[in-house]
Amino acid sequence: MNIIVSVKQTFDTEAKIALNAEGKISDDGVTLVINPYDEFAVEEALKLKEKFGGEVTVVCAGGEKAQEAIRTALAMGCDKAVRVDISGLEDADEWVVAEVLAKAVSELPYDIVLSGRIAVDDGSSQVAVRLAEALGIPSVSSILKLEIEGDTATATREIDGGAEVIEVKLPALFTAQKGLNEPRYPSMMGIMKAKKKEIATKGLADIGFGEVPAAKMSAPKYSLPTSRAGGKMIPGDATEATKELARLLREEAKAI
Amino acid sequence: MATGIWIILERNESGIRKVSLQLLSKGRAIADETGESLVAVILGSGAAQFADEAASYGADKVILADDKRLSTYTTGAYTSALNKLIRKGEPAAVLIGNTAIGKDLAPRLAQRLGVGMASDCTGMETDEAAFLSFKRPIYGGKAFAEVTATDRPILAAIRPNTFPMGEPDATRKAEIANEAAEIDDDDLRAVVKEVVVAVSARPELTEADIIISGGRGMKGPENYEILEKCADAIGAAVGASRAAVDAGWIEQKFQVGQTGKTVSPTLYIACGISGAVQHLAGMGTSKIIVAINKDPEANIFALADYGIVGDLFEIVPLLTEEFKKLTA
Amino acid sequence: MNFELNEDHIMMRKMVRDFAEKEAGPGAEERDENEEFPMELWKKCAELGLAGITFPEEYGGVGADYISYAITVEELSRVDAALGVTISAHSSLCANPILLFGSEEQKQKYLPALASGEKLGAFGLTESMAGSDASGTRTTATREGDEYVINGSKVFITNGYHADVYVVTAQMDKSKGNKGIAAFILEKDTPGFTFGKKEKKMGIRSSATYELVFENVRIPAENLLGEEGQGFKIAMTTLDYGRIGIASQALGIAQGAYEQALNYAKERVQFGKPISALQAIQFKLADMALQIEAARLLVYQAAFVANEHTFPVSKYAAMAKVFASEAANKVTTQAVQILGGYGYTRDYPVERMMRDAKITEIYEGTSEIQRVVIAANILKD
Repeated sequence: MNIIVSVKQTFDTEAKIALNAEGKISDDGVTLVINPYDEFAVEEALKLKEKFGGEVTVVCAGGEKAQEAIRTALAMGCDKAVRVDISGLEDADEWVVAEVLAKAVSELPYDIVLSGRIAVDDGSSQVAVRLAEALGIPSVSSILKLEIEGDTATATREIDGGAEVIEVKLPALFTAQKGLNEPRYPSMMGIMKAKKKEIATKGLADIGFGEVPAAKMSAPKYSLPTSRAGGKMIPGDATEATKELARLLREEAKAI
Repeated sequence: MATGIWIILERNESGIRKVSLQLLSKGRAIADETGESLVAVILGSGAAQFADEAASYGADKVILADDKRLSTYTTGAYTSALNKLIRKGEPAAVLIGNTAIGKDLAPRLAQRLGVGMASDCTGMETDEAAFLSFKRPIYGGKAFAEVTATDRPILAAIRPNTFPMGEPDATRKAEIANEAAEIDDDDLRAVVKEVVVAVSARPELTEADIIISGGRGMKGPENYEILEKCADAIGAAVGASRAAVDAGWIEQKFQVGQTGKTVSPTLYIACGISGAVQHLAGMGTSKIIVAINKDPEANIFALADYGIVGDLFEIVPLLTEEFKKLTA
Repeated sequence: MNFELNEDHIMMRKMVRDFAEKEAGPGAEERDENEEFPMELWKKCAELGLAGITFPEEYGGVGADYISYAITVEELSRVDAALGVTISAHSSLCANPILLFGSEEQKQKYLPALASGEKLGAFGLTESMAGSDASGTRTTATREGDEYVINGSKVFITNGYHADVYVVTAQMDKSKGNKGIAAFILEKDTPGFTFGKKEKKMGIRSSATYELVFENVRIPAENLLGEEGQGFKIAMTTLDYGRIGIASQALGIAQGAYEQALNYAKERVQFGKPISALQAIQFKLADMALQIEAARLLVYQAAFVANEHTFPVSKYAAMAKVFASEAANKVTTQAVQILGGYGYTRDYPVERMMRDAKITEIYEGTSEIQRVVIAANILKD
C-alpha cells in the first residue's frame, strides 16, 4: 500500500507568543515540533504499513527547519520524505499550501493520504481537505477510527455530539482527530535509521509552478490578546462565598 | 457584481442550529449597515419547513435545495450543490458556523470555488475596502490574526456563540427560491453508513451557554457526579481539562482545550482546574469565567471574572443549591 | 570545538524525555514509596532500544555512541533515578563486559537478549568484606572437570533477583591476590544460586538491591568470561565505563531537582514578591546551574573519550562521576532548601531526589576511590 502523510512543523503548544519588529509572529527561542495532530496521522500510516505492507512517504511544505519534523516522522518509521521549500513565499495561505502539496503528492503513487485534522499554530483546519479537493479524491475529516479492507475504507468520523461511520473507496484522504491512536515514541533504532532515509527537497519550479502561486487571503495583521482584567475574588467561607457568587452571576453578570 | 450575504444554515433534530440563527442575526445587522441582502441557504429534504424561521431571524431570501441526497450531510454532495448554487447566485460573502460540518465543508468548498477562507472566526466586521474583515485566534488563542479576502465570494466559518442570537420577528417574510441540487456522481463516493448521536440530556459542549468543567482537582471519576448535579440545576454542559481526561476520569469528548473542544459559552465555571495555557486556548473567549480552586496561586484566577479559593467538594454542592433556588 | 549535540542526540533526548515524563513520571513517587521494581517500564524502555544503546547492531544493539547513552540515562534519571540506574547497571555492568571480554560464542549467546532487553543483566562484584577494596573478594571458584563451582555471596547488587544474567567475580587463587580473580557469567535459576536479603534503602528505593548467594553453584567452563586471573581487570574496566552511566544518572537527578527549584522560586511569593527576586535564592540557583553545567561538560567529555578510545576512559569517567555525584548532592539539598517546608514533604519530588542523589557518591566506586583513580592516572603521566 502506498501511504502518504502530510505533516507540518508547528510551534510547541507551550510556546510564548510575541510579535517581532515587523508585526509578525516571532519564532525566537521557540521550540518547533511536528504538529501533534500530524503525529496521529503518522502513527495511523505506520499501522497501515505494518498491516498491509508498502511504503509511507512524508510530504511537507516548509522551510529548512521543517526537516526536524520530517526526521521525527522518519524516526517513527516512515520510509522517505519530500519537502517542498516554500520559505520564499510571503504569507502563503491555505490555498497556496494546498496547491503546492497537491502538485507534490500528484507526483507520487498513493492509495491513501493522511494528515492531522488541524495544525496547532494557525488552527485553520483547511489545508488537508483542500488538498483532497485539489487531488480530486474524497476526504473524511476528524476520524477516530480507520479500517481498510481491500480498496474500501471505513472511517468513524467525529461530529458534534456523536460520530458517524463513513465508507469510501480508496484513494481517499483522512484527517486524524485525537483519540485515533497513541503515537509511538521513535525508538533509538528508528532515530539512528532516520538519517539514512531520503528527504527529497524540491523547489516550486521542480514541481511545476511556472510562477509563484498567489495567496487568496490578505497578509494577516497580527495582534496579541488584551488580557482579561482580573476579576473579583469572593471572600468568605464556603457558604457565604457561594451565596455571593450566585447573586453576582444573576444580578451583575446576568449569566443565570 | 457579487452581492448578497449568504448564510448556510445547519439543522439538527430540534430545528435550525443556534449558530446559524446567530449568523442570521449578525448577517441581518451587516445587511442593514451595508445595504446588502441577506440570504439563508437550506439544503436537504424538508428544507422548506425552516424557511419561516430563517425569515424571522432576518433572511430577505431563502434558497431551498430540497434533495434526498442532501438529507444527511456528506462532504461531497454539499460541496457539489453549494459550489453550483454559489457560482450561479454570485454572493459577496458566504458564512457558515464553525461546527463539525462547517469545518469539513467550508475548506473543500473554498478550494472548489478557488477562493480563500477564514476559519474559526471570533470576530467579523464590515470593512471599507474589503467589505468584511475577520478576526481569528491563532496559537491556541495566544494571538489573533485579522484577515480579509480580495476574491468573491468571501468565505468564512464563524465560531458558535461569537454573536448573539437576535429576537425573531415572526412577521418578517422572505422570498423563497427553490433550486435544484446539482450533484456530480463523483461527489457521492463517500457514503454515510451509520450515525451515532450520543444521547444526552445535557447541551452539546460547543453550543452550550453554560459549562461546568472539572480538572485535576476532581481527584477521581466518581466525583464528576457533583458537577453533573450542578450542571443539571442550570441546564449546563459538563466539561473537563486534559489532566482529568488523561487520568482516565472522564471521556475525551468532554475535554476542553487546545487538543480538545473549543467552547465559547456565556458562563464557564472551572472547578479544580489550574488554568494551563492549553486549557485557556479552549475556553478563553467565554464571556464570564468563574474559577473554584484550592490553590490561591492557580493561574486561572488571573483570568477569572469571579474566583473562589476553596474546596470544590464543599463549594460545588452549595452552588448547586443556590442555583436551584435561583431557577425555582 | 563544537559543543552542540548533533541532530540524532537532540532527537534522542526529546524521545527519552517525553517517554520519561509521560510514562515514568506519574508513578515514580508511588514506586519509590512501595519499593516496587519498574518491570513494566523496563520492558517499555527495552522496546524503544534503551537497553542496548552502545552495542553493535550485529549483536542486536542500536550501534549508537556513549553520548546517546549518557543522554538516555540522564533523561530517565531526571524523572526517576531508580529507572536510570536499572538501565545503566544492565548495560554497562553486565552487557558491556561481555561485549569487551567475551568470546564470540558468549557474545552471540548473551548480547542479543541483553541488548533487546529480553533479558535483564546485573553485575556481582561487591561483597560484605570487599567494597572499595574489591581485591578482597572471598567468593571462590574452583575448576572441576569441565565445570566451575562457585561458593560465596555478593551484596548490594543492583537489578538482583529480577536479572536473568549476572557477571560475577570470584577468587580462584588467593595467593595471587588481584591476579587470582576470575569473572563468570551466571544465569538465574542455576541450582545453588539464590537470593538473600533485599536491601531497604534511603533512596532509589524502586531499584532492586539484593544479596546473591552461591552454594556449590556449578556452571559450564564456557561461562568463564575472559581468562582466569583476568577478573579484576575486567571488573575495573567495567566500572570505568559504568561510571559514565552513574555520572549521567547524577546529572539527571541534579537537573530534575534544579528545574523544580527554579519553577518553585518563580511562583512562591513571600515578602510581596517571588522568592526568585531575592538575591539569596538567586545565588543558590546560580550555583546550582553552574554545578550542573560543569557536570554536564565532564559527562560529555567522558562519553566522548569512551567513543574515541584515544584517551584513558578511566580518568575522565572518574572525574565525571565524582563531580556529577557531588554536584547532585549539593543541588538536591539546595532544591529542598528552596522549596522549604513543602520540599521536605512527599508532595514534592525534591526530597526523593535528595535521597536518590546520595548513592551516586557511593556506588560504582565511592568518591574517595574516584580520587584514587584520578590520582593514579595523573601521577603516572
